[in-house]
Amino acid sequence: MTKTAERRPVGKVAVRPVQAPPPAGDRRRRRLADQARAYGFLLGGLICFALFSWYPAIRAVVIAFQKYTPGSSPEWVGTANFTRVWHDPEFSAAWRNTLTFTLLALLIGFAIPFVMALVLNELRHAKAFFRVVVYLPVMIPPVVSALLWKWFYDPGAGLANEALRFLHLPTSNWSNGADTALISLVIVATWANMGGTVLIYLAALQSIPGELYEAAELDGANLLQRIRHVTIPQTRFVILMLMLLQIIATMQIFTEPFVITGGGPENATVTVLYLIYKYAFLYNDFGGACALSVMLLVLLGAFSAVYLRLTRSGEEDA
Amino acid sequence: MSATRTLVSPATLARPRGKALYWTVFTAVVLLFAFAFLFPVYWMVTGALKSPDEIAQTPPTLVPKQWHLGGYTDAWDLMQLPQHLWNTVVQAAGAWAFQIVFCTAAAYALSKLKPAFGKVILGGILATLMVPAQALVVPKYLTVADLPFIHTSLLNDPLAIWLPAVANAFNLYLLKRFFDQLPRDVLEAAEMDGAGKLRTLWSIVLPMSRPVLGVVSIFALVAVWQDFLWPLMVFSDTGKQPISVALVQLSQNIQLTVLIAAMVIASIPMVALFLVFQRHIIAGISAGSTKG
Repeated sequence: MTKTAERRPVGKVAVRPVQAPPPAGDRRRRRLADQARAYGFLLGGLICFALFSWYPAIRAVVIAFQKYTPGSSPEWVGTANFTRVWHDPEFSAAWRNTLTFTLLALLIGFAIPFVMALVLNELRHAKAFFRVVVYLPVMIPPVVSALLWKWFYDPGAGLANEALRFLHLPTSNWSNGADTALISLVIVATWANMGGTVLIYLAALQSIPGELYEAAELDGANLLQRIRHVTIPQTRFVILMLMLLQIIATMQIFTEPFVITGGGPENATVTVLYLIYKYAFLYNDFGGACALSVMLLVLLGAFSAVYLRLTRSGEEDA
Repeated sequence: MSATRTLVSPATLARPRGKALYWTVFTAVVLLFAFAFLFPVYWMVTGALKSPDEIAQTPPTLVPKQWHLGGYTDAWDLMQLPQHLWNTVVQAAGAWAFQIVFCTAAAYALSKLKPAFGKVILGGILATLMVPAQALVVPKYLTVADLPFIHTSLLNDPLAIWLPAVANAFNLYLLKRFFDQLPRDVLEAAEMDGAGKLRTLWSIVLPMSRPVLGVVSIFALVAVWQDFLWPLMVFSDTGKQPISVALVQLSQNIQLTVLIAAMVIASIPMVALFLVFQRHIIAGISAGSTKG
């Protein structure tokens, strides 16, 4: 390192030492060396992306059309995997459950944090406390929250039924009943994940200019009208973004049904990802698992594309 | 406190009726939050302190009659928690180190070194954001079980966590965008002083990137600590399993108080991390919303 004082640029007016342009061969060699260096920096990342992102994506599509057993050479079977998976009675249950789950998660898992953020934004005291408390469940490992709620839902000494008894309400089977299992899992997922949604929506609410509310109030708008005509339109973009994120996350749900219900009772909580796991690790049917993955991939990919398009256009607006 | 105008006007709040209503709502929210978020955690921590008889009793006791630390010590010994916690620490720390080294280097190259086809590569990386990770676990598992060309299996090896962690488009893009904003003349000045690319990265770029490195570090650690499906697939060997997988595997045949104590122990590191860095974490999440 040469550190001569004269060569060091001062502020923004960097004066480059004047040099004669190097001959063409030199320049090419230098450019090659620059490229080699750039790729040296890129290499580790590139290999990992190639191996663990790009290659598996291609492989999912390929294996979906193969009979694949690890260790032996794969056979092409056309669309047999898709038809076999399609006729599995669990297939329709898994999709129905996943879609119902997503819908319920939108109704419950989205509406509750939304209202909560609206209320929190009005409170002028203990702000930090509320933010920390609402985000606390997010930091508890998902496996722990699932096991915790499995215990709450216990028909014997579970807290959920104790609370109902305390309030003199009829008890429920919660995750052990075929018709209440799915909603019970939605409650767990909402409890565990809503902290993020609340914090993001709170941040969006704080960016609404106060004059808009003042103007609306002068026009005689009451509280609900102000929410409808100021709050919601002003945060439309964030609402849409959070909804899509919620859909994408819920459609990949696995931990809660795996830990709490094991997919039961009577397949009431089998999800698509759970079925993929079963095909691969219980039935050893990797072709079927990949056929299912491809279906999930196409659907989720469409949602993600919308999400990315939205965030990008939102960035340009800002 | 800066009085920014929100949904309810300050004038309404100043009136006696407004004040009464405000404090009613405030108390209700405090109670609701305490019941919904703090009480389950309290129930878990104290449940592990109860005796096996007491925990099965209805109606349950609000406070343990007698404090049994036995649940915690049994969990520590019987469930081999030190082993599983150590496995998790190794997996998380390695994933963090690999991400910091390789994602930073790649982001720096894409941002400042103008590699040929850089745009194509960045596009390929960003495209993986559209493909939710969980949908690809099975082909990813098959790849890890038999790596192309070298035909090695990474199953039951922490590398199966470390290497795929590098393929994190979100963190890489976060870093790249941060590097894009670094003033060009500072880097040029370093180069003119004779610093090589690595030297510039190490002593100019990285010190200026502390905030973004902090965010990426927290994301990397939390992601590994919380993950379940991937380690469940990759670690069939009980001795190698992280705490999340071990908890579920052992939950079937273990006494309830012991299991709950283990759950508490498994939560402590992440909750502690959160309480220490809560300002940064909450600010990071809130900022993420407006910047996408």
